Amino acid sequence: MIERADVIVIGGGIVGTSTAFFLRRRKRSVILLERGLTGQQASGVNFGGVRRQGRALEQLAMSNRALDTWRRSRELLGEDVEFLPSGHTRVCYHAHDAEYFHRYAADARAYGLDLDVLEGAALFRRFPFLGRDVLAASISPLDGHANPRLAAPAFGRAAARLGARIVENTEVVRVEKEAGGFRVESATGDVYRAEQVLICAGAWANALSTQFGEPAPLTARGPQMAVTEPVPYVFQFSMGVYTSIKEESVYFRQIPRGNIVLGGGPPGPADAGTRRASVLPANTVAQMAQFCRMVPAMRPLHVIRVWSGVESYLPDSEPVIGPSTKADGLFYAFGFSGSGFQIGPGVGETLAELLDSGSTPVDLTSFSIGRFQRASSTHAESVTSETSP
Amino acid sequence: MAATVIVIGAGPAGVRAAQALVEAGLRPVVIDESRRDGGQIYRRQPEGFTRTYDTLYGTEAQRARALHEAFDALRPHIDHMPDTLVWNVAPNAVHVVSGTHHRELAFDALIICSGAADRVMPVPGWHHAGTYSLGGAQVALKSQGCAIGSRVVMMGTGPLLYLVAAQYVKAGATVSAVLDTSTFAQRLRALPQLLAIPSTLKKGIALMGILKDARVPIHRGITPVEVRGTPERGVQAVRVTLADGAMLEVECDAVALGYHLRSETQLADLAGCEFRFDHALQQWLPVADEDGRSNVRGVYLAGDGARVRGADAAERAGRLAALAAIKDIGMTCNEDDANKLRTQLSRFTRFAAGLRTAFPWPARFAATLPDETIVCRCEAVTAGELRRVVNDMGAKEANRAKAFSRVGMGRCQGRFCAHAGAEVIAAQARVPLEAVGRLRGQAPVKPLPMALAPHEDMETSE
Repeated sequence: MIERADVIVIGGGIVGTSTAFFLRRRKRSVILLERGLTGQQASGVNFGGVRRQGRALEQLAMSNRALDTWRRSRELLGEDVEFLPSGHTRVCYHAHDAEYFHRYAADARAYGLDLDVLEGAALFRRFPFLGRDVLAASISPLDGHANPRLAAPAFGRAAARLGARIVENTEVVRVEKEAGGFRVESATGDVYRAEQVLICAGAWANALSTQFGEPAPLTARGPQMAVTEPVPYVFQFSMGVYTSIKEESVYFRQIPRGNIVLGGGPPGPADAGTRRASVLPANTVAQMAQFCRMVPAMRPLHVIRVWSGVESYLPDSEPVIGPSTKADGLFYAFGFSGSGFQIGPGVGETLAELLDSGSTPVDLTSFSIGRFQRASSTHAESVTSETSP
Repeated sequence: MAATVIVIGAGPAGVRAAQALVEAGLRPVVIDESRRDGGQIYRRQPEGFTRTYDTLYGTEAQRARALHEAFDALRPHIDHMPDTLVWNVAPNAVHVVSGTHHRELAFDALIICSGAADRVMPVPGWHHAGTYSLGGAQVALKSQGCAIGSRVVMMGTGPLLYLVAAQYVKAGATVSAVLDTSTFAQRLRALPQLLAIPSTLKKGIALMGILKDARVPIHRGITPVEVRGTPERGVQAVRVTLADGAMLEVECDAVALGYHLRSETQLADLAGCEFRFDHALQQWLPVADEDGRSNVRGVYLAGDGARVRGADAAERAGRLAALAAIKDIGMTCNEDDANKLRTQLSRFTRFAAGLRTAFPWPARFAATLPDETIVCRCEAVTAGELRRVVNDMGAKEANRAKAFSRVGMGRCQGRFCAHAGAEVIAAQARVPLEAVGRLRGQAPVKPLPMALAPHEDMETSE
């Protein structure tokens, strides 16, 4: 069986499904190949934060594009992915972090991200429930949260309705350059051909980029998520701690039906091979203590479920986005390092633009996979082992 | 240093496992969620309650007393941790919480005796206040001496249906009707297998006598239609279709439901045990050998939590699993004892198969549940919503349907809705139940307090 399209997208996470969606809006034919089901891994198990603030400034152009898509998601996708423009707040416990809030707010303004920084009495007037350890808050009024379990599958279905071919349960084992484009082969021997290929296969991307001599020091880790029983809806925003101390970096959001979704702290182990990731019991215990510190009123609540999934991290915590340095027509988008959900549709829109028109106004230089080839391979390995769980 | 063996559960399997370990010279840790030992079936009444063994346990009084006395004799030789929930299992350690105190306990061997709970099938209106499981109705009576209502309907099928009804009658409660979805013909078909344990069969027949003497109406071969009620007043009546097609409405203020039992397998799942679909039971169960060894080294499964065969079998399976653990640790165990237990257990396995024939799980009801019926009570997911995610979103697998619809995401984590939910998905997707798969287990097994504090022992040791 041989199938052909203008573009083959490998990976059905939020980047892959949204790229397929935006390519179809540009009338390009697309085949999306997904080894499991759409949105099942990092895109489906993450916190669901639709958060621009805190990102590297270079990400903000795509992040702003993404926010526009999130805001129009119901109209664009024809279904509800539970996006709530509730605002997103970062809080901190340390004076140097409060200073950073002011610096970041000043820098981000030039990139179209407006933030309010509150301290002292004004902070507790606005958020009276915060623990008294909190020093400052940085509020992004237009950010929010959405349901990760629904988003990527919804982009996939919307792309399919526009004519994309979404092929699930199909693992790609080989991608080869050939005359006129690429040959993509599945584990069961099916062959797909296209002029352009996008590899956005998360923790599994490295095996394919390596086939083109472009390995990336990717590591798999699992987010440590939890959720409480439903309680009255009072936290109409998403909130997290900014800190350089990993144990302190927890975040939460409440959904209108009442459950509070919790996450953060050190990651757990994940295995791309078995597609399994786990929540370490000690991480859950440490997380709960941090929540009771940030919001003491959470003390009487109960956690009813924890979960994890396979996310992929790069040593500099920035993703790879953009063209291959080795093969014309080959593109990458992976290694979002725990921050890919919000920006996903912005990356998809930008890549669709790049693949279709050959250019994009968004500067992708700093996200090039070439940065790992420039570093010596021994150096890359040592960085990987340091950041491994 | 002697091996650390942890037994989870102080019911028939857990107590007999602990006993065998003590006999071998070990000092096991026995962790139990309840305040007192005995498990569900031989649940001890709270201190200060004075009902006799005969009143509490009827025909099982002797067995209950023997188990309690065995446990009391063990107390100096074990570390008993009552009121303690094992909320997670890691490789070679369990994580427990008692109140808000948590701690990690390492083990060389873990014997999981997690018991069973009611297998339930939704019925329209079962979310009204006053609807209980049969097991829940029994706990109210055994523990607190309370009935769930003043006019109670028992509906479903299984030995517990008649047992709980008879216990309510003996306690002086009014049982307005016993409504059984299985038929007398199914009972006859099961007879040859049920004769594997004639004494238990005889006890079952005696229960019928109690109900007959009390003039409790019994209807077999019924199809549940509705638990009628209002949010303000709760349950007011139960409506069913009788075997002959006539409609019957029984007024009541409480209803107890259940279709036999299902193993509580969450701990085995968290321990990493492999699961296999059991075609006879139409359930996913952890894999274990005849003695209770799982595929995870050092993890053993015994009693109804591994496979529902009843309390008498659980006592033997608990002991057998302990003997296996003792042997695997490298100590000597009595092979004759083990052989005898294996032989006895095979009779219980035959009897359990007979019960399945006599009281079959009514899988067929799932396909015809009205769309507005709530399937997952924790998350208020209806049959219609579940069918929508199958049809419109292509969710033909249990975890995919959970991700899209929230079925099984609530407090009970699917313990009470997963079986029926899978049947609804299978019927809608037109695939075999096995193809729907099973919900992946996730900690905590039961809700975990956020205000956790380290157990005193942990603080001093650090």
